[in-house]
Amino acid sequence: MIRLSIPVRQALEKLSLPVLIAAAFGLMLIGKADAVLAVDVRVALTDLLSPIYAVMAQPLADIRGAGSDVVDLWNIRAENARLRAENETLRRWQAAALALEAQNQEFKDELNWMPPAAPAFTTAPVVADSGGVYARSVLLAVIPPRHIVKGEIALDDRGVVGRVTEVGSRSARVLLITDINSRIPVTLETSGGRAILEGTNGAFPVLHYWPEGSPPVEGERVMTSASAGAFPAGLPLGTVHYNADHVAQVYPEADLDHLTIVRLFDYAETGVVPPEAPPGRGRQHNLGR
Amino acid sequence: MDKTPGIRPRRSWGQRLDRAARRGLPGGTTILVMVLLTAPLGLPGQAQFLPAFTLAAVFFWTLFRPASVPPPLVFVIGLLADILGQMPLGSSVLVLLLTQLLVIRSRRFLPQKGFLFVWLVFVAVAAVAAALQWALACLMNWTIYPPVAGLFQFLLSAGLYPMLATAFTRAHRTLAAPERV
Repeated sequence: MIRLSIPVRQALEKLSLPVLIAAAFGLMLIGKADAVLAVDVRVALTDLLSPIYAVMAQPLADIRGAGSDVVDLWNIRAENARLRAENETLRRWQAAALALEAQNQEFKDELNWMPPAAPAFTTAPVVADSGGVYARSVLLAVIPPRHIVKGEIALDDRGVVGRVTEVGSRSARVLLITDINSRIPVTLETSGGRAILEGTNGAFPVLHYWPEGSPPVEGERVMTSASAGAFPAGLPLGTVHYNADHVAQVYPEADLDHLTIVRLFDYAETGVVPPEAPPGRGRQHNLGR
Repeated sequence: MDKTPGIRPRRSWGQRLDRAARRGLPGGTTILVMVLLTAPLGLPGQAQFLPAFTLAAVFFWTLFRPASVPPPLVFVIGLLADILGQMPLGSSVLVLLLTQLLVIRSRRFLPQKGFLFVWLVFVAVAAVAAALQWALACLMNWTIYPPVAGLFQFLLSAGLYPMLATAFTRAHRTLAAPERV
């Protein structure tokens, strides 16, 4: 330790704050200029923290589970009645689905249909829903021998969650479809038009740029589109609902608020271009460039 | 602060360790809580807790124990807040350092005014901090973010401060007091 005289030390102490404020501006410039560095730093830190989160995840989930159990007990009668009604509807749907499946099989047999290979997927636990004030993403834990590739598509049991944008040795980050930087080319199931699904950082992403004259229809399903080579076609995203301001919102199929496990599909062989990681939360598009 | 100058016996290693631990407590707990706040707690609006907590911690400790939060430490805390909270690199650093600058300037009269006045000052600081952070995020990412998130961050900071200050004050008088060794 260097011994400094008291006036020198006082002067240094007075100087340190302005110098550090200048350094903060410098840091902003570096973060903007060298986006890769910013991402690397973030990946390194999350790699370090992800095992800690992974250890904490189970007890925390148990605590939350206990809390919701109490609420569930309270609502059990109403829930039962609702489930019975829903079961009735689903039974009818099941009959329809089975009939359609049989019919579909028949047609395929007649056409000598060659089914596409089922894509390989891996499953990873969500250890932290580490969105920021201005970002929506989740952190996945990766056990080292396994390797996740940037650009893999994450789905939960119901629909698309997002895409992998940052990969470390023990963690990976998935940019959710609700993030303001997310852009996904979609197909509208009923009207058949194409559009772009844009995140808003809110709960519901919105549709933009549909073809003139074929607006999205209330309640129709929204699927990914293969255009621009960013996604394979036909993955379920959600359903269209117009809000009070007549904005075409999409209610995501995936349960984005309570993600515990996601399936990661690697469509690399189908020519899907991986997205660039957000450079220190910079612009990032799910569209391939 | 050395309240009783004079010649005293050399401190033992235990005492020195104790003093160092007490001096390091504010910074250490702040970083620890920051890491915990990004864990999957499932709190509603959890993303906003991180900036609210860091701002309150830096504000309080700079006001009452400036020796425990030197500017380089605040720089590190800000950097951590940027990375954990996925803010543009440097924005939280700038906000926290400016807060510290302001608090150091007003240290001479602020602590004597009583809790309510300090809280009011903090509310003003939190408003400016949230607005500045929103503006920086918009500018750096060249996107207009919905300002609601920033507003919520401000309200949470302002509302959380009395609770945090109560806990901090306790620690300030007991655990974080090097002069009690």
